[in-house]
Amino acid sequence: MATVDQPKTATPRPEGYEAPPSVLEGDHTYATVTDKISGIVLTRKTPLSWFLIFGVGFSLMMVFFGAVGYLLLKGTGIWGINVPVAWGFAIINFVWWIGIGHAGTLISAILLLMRQEWRTSINRFAEAMTLFAVACAGMFPILHMGRPWLFYWLLPYPNVMSLWPQFRSPLVWDVFAVSTYGTVSLLFWFVGLVPDFGTMRDKAQNGTARVIYGMLSLGWRGSASHWHRYETAYLLLAGLATPLVVSVHTVVSFDFAVSVIPGWHTTVFPPYFVAGAIYSGFAMVLTLVIPIRAIYGLEDMITRRHLNNMAKVMLATGLIVAYGYMIEMFMSWYGANNFEQYMSRNRMAGPYAPIFWSLILCNVLTPQLLWFKRFRNNVVVLFLIAIVVNIGMWLERYVIVITSLHRDYLPSSWGMYHGTIWDYATYAGTIGLFLALMFLFIRVLPMISIFEVRSLVKTNRRPSHTE
Amino acid sequence: MTSDKKQLDLTAIRERLRAQTGRDYWRSLEELADTEEFRELVHREFPRQASEWTDEVGRRGFLKLMSASLALAGLGACTTQPLEKIIPYVRPPEQLVPGKPLFFATAMTLGGNAIGLLAESHMGRPTKIEGNPSHPASLGATDAYSQASVLSLYDPDRAQAVTERGRIRSWTSLQVALAAEIDTLKTRRGRGLRILTETVGSPTLRFQLQELLRALPQAKWYEYEPVNWDNRREGTRLAFGRPMSFHYRLDQARVVLSLGSDFFCSRPESVRYARDFTARRRARENPSDMNRLYVVESVPSPTGTIADHRLPLRPSELGRFAQALAARIAGGQPGDGETPGEHSKWLDALARDLSANRGQSLVIPGEFESPEVQRAAHQINSALGNIGKTIEYTPEPDGGRTSQSDGLRELAGEMGDGQADVLIILGANPVYAAPADLKFAERIMKPRLRVHLSPYLDETSRLCHWHVPETHFLEQWSDAEAFDGTVTIVQPLITPLYESRSAHEIVSLLQGRYRSGYDSVRDYWRSQQPGADFEKFWKTALNDGVVPGTGSAAPMAATSAVAPGAQRPQQGRTDTQGDRGEATGGPERRQTGAASPPGSTTQPRPGQRAAAPLVALQSPAQKKSDLEVGSTARPGGASLELIFRPDPSVYDGRFSNNGWLQELPKPLTKLTWDNAALLSPRTAERLGVRSEDVVELRYHGAAVQAPVWVAPGHADECVTVHLGYGREYGGKLATGAGFNAYRLRRSDTPWGGPGLEVRKTGERHRLATTQAHWSIEGRNIVRTGTVEEYQKNPHFVHEKEHGFGPELSLYPEYEYEGNAWGMAIDLNACLGCNACVVACQAENNVPVVGKDQVIKQREMHWLRIDTYHEGNLDNPKTVHQPMLCQQCEKAPCEVVCPVAATVHSSEGLNDMIYNRCVGTRYCSNNCPYKVRRFNFLQFSDKETPSLKVMYNPDVTVRDRGVMEKCTYCVQRINAARIEAKKEDRPIRDGEVVTACQAACPTHAIVFGNINDPNSQVAKLKKLSLNYSVLGELNTQPRTTYLAALRNPNPELGTE
Repeated sequence: MATVDQPKTATPRPEGYEAPPSVLEGDHTYATVTDKISGIVLTRKTPLSWFLIFGVGFSLMMVFFGAVGYLLLKGTGIWGINVPVAWGFAIINFVWWIGIGHAGTLISAILLLMRQEWRTSINRFAEAMTLFAVACAGMFPILHMGRPWLFYWLLPYPNVMSLWPQFRSPLVWDVFAVSTYGTVSLLFWFVGLVPDFGTMRDKAQNGTARVIYGMLSLGWRGSASHWHRYETAYLLLAGLATPLVVSVHTVVSFDFAVSVIPGWHTTVFPPYFVAGAIYSGFAMVLTLVIPIRAIYGLEDMITRRHLNNMAKVMLATGLIVAYGYMIEMFMSWYGANNFEQYMSRNRMAGPYAPIFWSLILCNVLTPQLLWFKRFRNNVVVLFLIAIVVNIGMWLERYVIVITSLHRDYLPSSWGMYHGTIWDYATYAGTIGLFLALMFLFIRVLPMISIFEVRSLVKTNRRPSHTE
Repeated sequence: MTSDKKQLDLTAIRERLRAQTGRDYWRSLEELADTEEFRELVHREFPRQASEWTDEVGRRGFLKLMSASLALAGLGACTTQPLEKIIPYVRPPEQLVPGKPLFFATAMTLGGNAIGLLAESHMGRPTKIEGNPSHPASLGATDAYSQASVLSLYDPDRAQAVTERGRIRSWTSLQVALAAEIDTLKTRRGRGLRILTETVGSPTLRFQLQELLRALPQAKWYEYEPVNWDNRREGTRLAFGRPMSFHYRLDQARVVLSLGSDFFCSRPESVRYARDFTARRRARENPSDMNRLYVVESVPSPTGTIADHRLPLRPSELGRFAQALAARIAGGQPGDGETPGEHSKWLDALARDLSANRGQSLVIPGEFESPEVQRAAHQINSALGNIGKTIEYTPEPDGGRTSQSDGLRELAGEMGDGQADVLIILGANPVYAAPADLKFAERIMKPRLRVHLSPYLDETSRLCHWHVPETHFLEQWSDAEAFDGTVTIVQPLITPLYESRSAHEIVSLLQGRYRSGYDSVRDYWRSQQPGADFEKFWKTALNDGVVPGTGSAAPMAATSAVAPGAQRPQQGRTDTQGDRGEATGGPERRQTGAASPPGSTTQPRPGQRAAAPLVALQSPAQKKSDLEVGSTARPGGASLELIFRPDPSVYDGRFSNNGWLQELPKPLTKLTWDNAALLSPRTAERLGVRSEDVVELRYHGAAVQAPVWVAPGHADECVTVHLGYGREYGGKLATGAGFNAYRLRRSDTPWGGPGLEVRKTGERHRLATTQAHWSIEGRNIVRTGTVEEYQKNPHFVHEKEHGFGPELSLYPEYEYEGNAWGMAIDLNACLGCNACVVACQAENNVPVVGKDQVIKQREMHWLRIDTYHEGNLDNPKTVHQPMLCQQCEKAPCEVVCPVAATVHSSEGLNDMIYNRCVGTRYCSNNCPYKVRRFNFLQFSDKETPSLKVMYNPDVTVRDRGVMEKCTYCVQRINAARIEAKKEDRPIRDGEVVTACQAACPTHAIVFGNINDPNSQVAKLKKLSLNYSVLGELNTQPRTTYLAALRNPNPELGTE
């Protein structure tokens, strides 16, 4: 990133240079940082809006359980899928959620390795989001199976039939990619939490809480050797997680790119899927962080600087995605393959054209506003753009999955796809599940890394008194 | 309890009722009395002692009770089970080997004509139908109806017991009831007895009925079928002075003209016609000998799609066209005014082509076209010297009978004025299917006693006193006559599943002495075979499926000509045959056909016609209305012509409870579960209607509402409705599907006519089609050409490749040591008749999904017929392409399955392992041919007992969540492999016949080992016409197609 914040090197700035907002504002000391963050969980009264949002999430989660129950009872036929469109909402949602899950690891691992200090106040939050998004994502491939109770057949386990999964299938790669990603993300998140668990244990008034936090803190005493091991482990995990950021969505894109279907069989998919994932991940972080910082008054820890930086990442990845669309269209024309050409024409002018053009509006045109600092600094506009991008990324997957399948090679088998009430219920249900988990996390765990923000105190522009 | 129950105080109840105001329903007197006991009863719901457990259970009590329960729980297992003896086959029936099917010859009758079949029996259960190779109407192939007949046998909705006014009765009680009736009838010499049957194709039944009529001379027997051959019969009467049967010898014809006939599908012998026609259609060996087919028709039909030239004309125009053609070829007056100028070029070219092929041409009149069209066709055939060569006539066995429509009208009249006292209906469903103007439902209530024999409790059964379930042909003894007189003994494959009887048995009951069908049939044939060794005769007849000595000795052989005297026209004429000098003509060979012209010279001359014994070309009988409406100018008014046709799937309604046929996509429209009003794109535009718009059809005072289906290639200004839908009773599947076109039908114009008004209602009705897109989008999926192109460049097919250079693959090629199965499908021979689709469904336990699921595009057919139109909307060229798993060598489905549920076999099949499938559906997505089918829900019926019995035991019945697809009938391959291994030899070519291949009337599908260079399929694949669909994807499909060739008349070009 070009806007690396290096306050220590006091090089003279040119005239009119406006210093970027700090990553930690306000008169924070170690104590205030600790109190503020741990207080959200331990002492402060739970705000009404928490109950509201959690309530919505919880209700939708119940819808999810209902939809899944009915699904298991009746079969995937309750959804809108058919032949030719044998994949529908489930795969769209899977890719969408997995994409969202990318921001966390990118922020935590890659930005850590790149020594981007501004990541510290949002990484915990983003990692949690990643975990929950991956949890939502991970359910779809299982639920979309005709016989979900046999999902473990995709795992390579020793069995009496001496049968392995079929390793040429991208779906098997998916299993490894997603499960690895989920595991590493969880570990990374948990390891990052250990020092804060120690803080929470020490600060907790409630005996039960103290016991639970105590167990989770794994005996953290903050000794130098602890810190040393912690730093090493964290760095190693960051190194492990970094390639995953690229690999997961690349593998997901192989689900499509490896096939023979026009609109899927495209070499541009891996890079543009990864960019799209980061794009949607940052959009989701913004979508969540903007209201939460308002609710909990965290403006001095999650500053305009953070929002600004995230907006820039969105702009950059958004442009890569737009380039991906362009190249896809260009190649279908340049390749002179009439199936590919028809696919492009069908996307732009076929029955699903409104969705395609909405996608262009959401993903390509709207984010161009982020070129302007005015909009990047306007929290409301940023929030709206982030939501639009979230929608756009969902539509992108819809276009990829549905419009490619619904008219492939033989015109005789062409058809249409429409989601049913159960498709929508399941989708909304996972959003509910995600919200419920997210707000439970906010309620019971420090959503901002206490010890890392404390490390920012000394780099804060105003020197701290208590040091 | 009763002791303390107080007497009900009825007076109090009356008081209470009087006091009540308004409508208040009561259920019992107790409730009304509102006694103490009753309140308590309602309160408790359960009897007093058991209603509640008042004991408060303490911990100890609970534990005691539970431990005792636990300890005693096992005691229940000690109950002695009742003794039931099961008895194994000590001496199993000969040939019965578990797991090995047996085949029995039998026959199915439709419209009075039989098709000979072989029924496959697994341990006494018929599961599949094949054609009987020695039967002339089948030659080993079948149509869709006979394939689906197995499902009708096991249909759970069949009537299962004798009923009287809806109450179940014993068979004996019917016997008793009828016996009394017969006694009184005998005293009246049968006066008042009316018997209505369908067209009787069984010699035994005909004999029985005639015997009955001899005994009761005042009784009357009527035959009526809604899809009858009255017009055909009337046409021959007009042409020859007396009704005749006739059939075609399409293998002898070089130029064929169909005047509205869908002769590949509409007749019971169509299977045979299709075979004969395509025999001369295969241009690859001898392109110059390829036949040419002209089709003039109103309704797009499979026959029209294979035509070299097709002209859509509405029925009245078609009549004029036929007259004009007859005038050109057979001389005489050209009809009212000249024919439409726009068609004169067509007519000229056609007339020239026909005349140039005298004796080798054939004009086929539409079965449902007017008698005048039929007559014109006979005239032309006669003038061209085709009689005895490409068309053969036999005298109608019962020439004096009135037409079926007249007969039914007479019966309706007799019922109306009380002459019919006892009505016995055998098989027919006239309340549903009689023309509306006969008011059959009203009049049927007049006869004092009404007995109905039918497989279902249908519209007619509900208005009859007695209903007797009718046996399915696979459950009964009977016999059946084919188009050329060949008789097959129908033998049962299974004892009747229910308390059902055959028509033979009911008629014998009417004769006063009940005899089983077996006795009736056997006795009849014993009487026909005096002197001969009857047992030997009988066994041969049963074994071969053909009664020796009946029909033409060699199917369609020239010697099948009948005695000319039998069909001498009334005009009288000396026979002038025998001077033609054909190679085959022996001294006994007689040219039949009263209408054949004396001495056939090459050029027809009008003068010659005068000598011909035809009735005048300009017949006063000609319907004036036909000519009035048939003007070339488009009628400005709203009046259209109405056309009735039997439904290609459910026929006249008799198959409407058959799920396989209901879900069978109808040829060309691909409609399932519904009928529709078909009209041409131009007419739809003029009326401002789209497909699925509901319109009101008003025809001579009757009206029905019907959804529109715009059919490209349909004649303008006319509307086609198919019969057989809109059933009110007759099974769960039958009722509620489609609209009842019989409501519009009139007995004087059974196949429609002018005077139809169409009014838009503004409503919409969702129709379920299996194909939504009809244009080929410039893709090279189906490839067609003309014979000329082929002769110029035999490799023209391959110049249509999209061509992406040499194909490379990541994976090495497979090596095949032994067999490598492959298939070749000749698009030139595919008519789109659907026989293979149902055959596949029956063989492979393919489930029926229902209309909703078809709308959602979840139909399960492993084999589908893709239909593509090309050219203009009004008269497109249409090609059919059977599409099934291509068994790709580099199968895209195999690499993407995460659990290896679809794998390549050592013989090159893409094997599907249902057990292993977890249902990711990735394989279906990655299949470029979209031939994989997914069980989105539990589609297979595993509950209904009768359907369980029906399934092919060699094929897994799939559960929900599992992918399935065509396996090249791997179970048949394995059966052949076992046989071959036992004899220690390789599998022979032709030993494995897939279900679709076996059913195909035209041999369009050929299957075999492509590793064997001498196999039929390997030879076909070497032909230059052979191509792979989507070959450029490098899927290397094992199923390849032979391009369709057309043989257009150079005079007309390929317009």
